[in-house]
Amino acid sequence: MKLIVGIIKPFKLDDVKDALKDLGVQGLTVSDVQGFGRQRGHTEVYRGAEYTIDFVPKVRIEILVDDADVERITTAIVETSRTGKIGDGKVWVVPVDSVVRIRTGEAGPDAV
Amino acid sequence: MKINAGDTAWVLVSAALVLFMTPGLALFYGGMVRAKNVLAMLMQNFFAMGIVTVLWVLFGYTLAFGGFGNGGVIGNFDFIGLKDISSEMVFAGTAIPVLAFVAFQLTFAVITPALITGAIADRMRFVAWVGFIILWSVLVYLPVAHWIFAGGWLAERGALDFAGGAVVHVNAGAGALALVFLLGKRRRWPKEPMPPHSLPLTLLGTGILWFGWFGFNAGSALAANGVAAQAFLNTFVAAAAAMVAWLIVERLKDGHATTLGAASGAVAGLVAITPCAGFVGGLAPLAIGGVAGAVCYLAISLKFRFGYDDSLDVIAVHLVGGIIGSVLLGLFADASVNPAGADGVFFGGGWSLFGEQVLAVVVVMVFSFTVSLAIGFGLKKALPGGIRVSEEDEETGLDLTQHSETGYALERV
Repeated sequence: MKLIVGIIKPFKLDDVKDALKDLGVQGLTVSDVQGFGRQRGHTEVYRGAEYTIDFVPKVRIEILVDDADVERITTAIVETSRTGKIGDGKVWVVPVDSVVRIRTGEAGPDAV
Repeated sequence: MKINAGDTAWVLVSAALVLFMTPGLALFYGGMVRAKNVLAMLMQNFFAMGIVTVLWVLFGYTLAFGGFGNGGVIGNFDFIGLKDISSEMVFAGTAIPVLAFVAFQLTFAVITPALITGAIADRMRFVAWVGFIILWSVLVYLPVAHWIFAGGWLAERGALDFAGGAVVHVNAGAGALALVFLLGKRRRWPKEPMPPHSLPLTLLGTGILWFGWFGFNAGSALAANGVAAQAFLNTFVAAAAAMVAWLIVERLKDGHATTLGAASGAVAGLVAITPCAGFVGGLAPLAIGGVAGAVCYLAISLKFRFGYDDSLDVIAVHLVGGIIGSVLLGLFADASVNPAGADGVFFGGGWSLFGEQVLAVVVVMVFSFTVSLAIGFGLKKALPGGIRVSEEDEETGLDLTQHSETGYALERV
């Protein structure tokens, strides 16, 4: 089992969600996050005073998957969230030791 | 004169319009502070409607307007507790009841100290503000209102101030400057960004201010007549011209026309036209507003150059705007608009009015700054805990530490 984590541009969330649904993904978790990468932040001007805002809003998505599905789901996220401009984000995969479905008590791949 | 129904109706409505400006100002400022301080800002303004009204009926009105036309420095106690003012009494030189005048002037006394709150945002203890607004109203506002609005010594010399360029805006602006020096900067200002938390609130507040300002300026005619209509239109035009001017300068200097710029420009124009409203005509408001919009924008950079934290630019907008309007009146005043006024330099009146305008501005500025400094310093010594919140309370925010409330309950966890 693996956990796929993606940091993407917020406006791409709907496209990614639809693509994952088409692949039969059963569930995912999303959260609003802030941070910076090579894109850095942006500037805002209030009454002539310029402020650098270091952290840009992004969306973090998390999906638990079977080892066999990692490749195609990762590819789907990367392809749907790519604009080609700086700040598109990242996707990474981490191993997961155990998973339990709370309602039924199922454990392991059955719970994914 | 007998009480005139039209005049009375207009002045009563104007009093309500001007009172509405104080919550408008609260929103204008409240939107500009950080979310953790929004209630404290609203409260400092709202509280003015409470405390100043109480002071006004007890002794404020009589100290400002008792002995009207005595050419002196302060009123008297003839009307203490509003005694001897019957509902039939007519205010001298007008056709409105004295009680309408009492209510109308009360709304000015409320909003003037409230203007100061923008400069001291995010760091003054509420108890210190309570002390300050009481002492400032009594020791600064009442005498200055008497000098100019009640036929005191500056009015007798010939200074003109239709609705409060000096009495309200220069006066509050100079008081704000004094408090800014006493309080010091907010922590980490100007290194850390402290952007407005809700510009929609600020724009709503601007709309309310603009709306209410028609009562402020046109109501100051104390009659429903041509001078009131002239003041109404001048108010409208100056706000519009100043908004456009601010946005043009901002676009050229910073690259964008901002909503905060539009709001600030409109208010700067409203401030500058205040002393002139019923004394100028034609396209003068276009020029006065235009100058105010551009100059007030440029005045904001002063706080960065000299390192004083006038948090929401009360000095750049109200002090500078009030000076611009009061002084430009010496050029643009036109006695054919209002026989109670005078002719300025451009209308063949020579430089005497201009001189009186400059004198009035300087006197009010020096008086307000000095007395405000003394009041603030006295409070700093007298209050256990001083006038400024602790570093920890400043970090937590004034809403929670001063009022035990939060402005927005958005988090569900």
